[in-house]
Amino acid sequence: MPVRIALIGTGAVGKGILKALSEKDLGIVLTGVADSRSGDIRGEGIVPSDLLKRKKETGLCGDPSLHAQDVVQNAPYDILVEVSPTDATTGEPATGYIRTALSRGCHVVTSNKGPVALHYHELKQEADNAGVSLRFEATVAGAIPILHTLGESLGGNTIKALYGVLNGTCNYILTRMAEEGLSYKQALDEARTLGYAEADPTYDVKGIDAAIKLVILANTVLNRRISLDDIDITGIDLLTEEAIRLAEEQDATIRLIGEIIPEKNLYRLSPRIIPRYHPLVVQGSLNVIIVRTDLAGDLVFSGKGAGSLETASAVLGDILSIRDRYAGGN
Amino acid sequence: MQVSMKLEIRDTPGQLVAALMPISDAGGNIKTVIHEHDFSTDKGTLGVEVVIEIPQERLTSLLNLFQERNITVLRFGEERMHYQQSVILIGHLVHTNLGDTVDWIDKTGFAEVTKMSLAMPAIHERSSAKCTIKALSREHMEQAIEILREVSRQKDILMIEPLEF
Repeated sequence: MPVRIALIGTGAVGKGILKALSEKDLGIVLTGVADSRSGDIRGEGIVPSDLLKRKKETGLCGDPSLHAQDVVQNAPYDILVEVSPTDATTGEPATGYIRTALSRGCHVVTSNKGPVALHYHELKQEADNAGVSLRFEATVAGAIPILHTLGESLGGNTIKALYGVLNGTCNYILTRMAEEGLSYKQALDEARTLGYAEADPTYDVKGIDAAIKLVILANTVLNRRISLDDIDITGIDLLTEEAIRLAEEQDATIRLIGEIIPEKNLYRLSPRIIPRYHPLVVQGSLNVIIVRTDLAGDLVFSGKGAGSLETASAVLGDILSIRDRYAGGN
Repeated sequence: MQVSMKLEIRDTPGQLVAALMPISDAGGNIKTVIHEHDFSTDKGTLGVEVVIEIPQERLTSLLNLFQERNITVLRFGEERMHYQQSVILIGHLVHTNLGDTVDWIDKTGFAEVTKMSLAMPAIHERSSAKCTIKALSREHMEQAIEILREVSRQKDILMIEPLEF
């Protein structure tokens, strides 16, 4: 039996999901969709390729009189797929959409870091009360299935430490500074030109985006209750090219590393000197996570931390995992 | 003179005291004892790092005492700072008195800055320096780094630490 989804957000992630759905038969039917300016509800299913075409031609995904909240409230779906842009300060309007879906007894899959970083424990409680799932694999390290792996595959382990490169933009800038001898500003400008960095790169280069991912890892798979204020954050915006040359003198380089040591309550994001051939030194916009566990030892996960199809991959994994677990939804 | 040595002891109660006795018997003064729990062998022994103050002429009798009492001396030498790490400092290092920044480490007695490379691209721009620090033990290194962290905070210096893995 196919699973019915409503998709909120048709930006890069939403388009990636629609593209995958139009190219592959995954047994997923789209019964509702909304972007910031329009919405559509069709119980019989919306054809993903038609929707992509309409969005491209008109800039809208449906009827301008239909708001995202109407779709969340009224569309007939099993799983709400919430992939609208992150607001890390308020978590809205995504948190409201998620709450509405949970109160309807529907599962939720999101790629939105705001609601998970700010309200995970309450949302999880609401999902548990409703007997449904809340999944958010795409919020941390894009395509890398780190939350599922830590939460399920490594379930019997105690996590002793976690280290990660969790922001592709910063890693790209540091890679280029090291490889080409670029200054911080030159590398940032290049990242902007190539679309790796936003026009306002503050969230990335000051470490906030990566720190939010540490909050999500800590609060979800490590069952902590921390916020951004509990993380010691240093970004890369004050790095000099000379610092990278000095690190190279000892066959090392500099990378922005997130670090969690649960037993010390240590949560830190900072540029670190690291041997050049260390597994945490990945190139370009890649992400990497090393987990130190008591039973499984050290494990390394690396892959693309962002991108339309890569993030869609994580979202689709969550959708199918819910479908398989609940055998057809509610 | 100050001497650092590494002794091998059996991992059973009382062995540490037995290993340290010859030092006072020989007229030495124990400055610090660092138990290395992570240094263990298949034989069920542990490594203990000891820093002592002892008159030079009594060293031979101390080593003889160790031998008589079947205590193995794994390493012996005057070099006492075995733990080394490098940090990179970025900021207005000279204008914020680099000498004073280094001094905070040197005056601890358990750690010192042994090497420094400084890059100053232009006047008024931030400079970058790599400082190599040596310390008596891992714990002392952590303390030294913590001191430098605090000094850096006060002087608005960005300190980049190594990732200890």
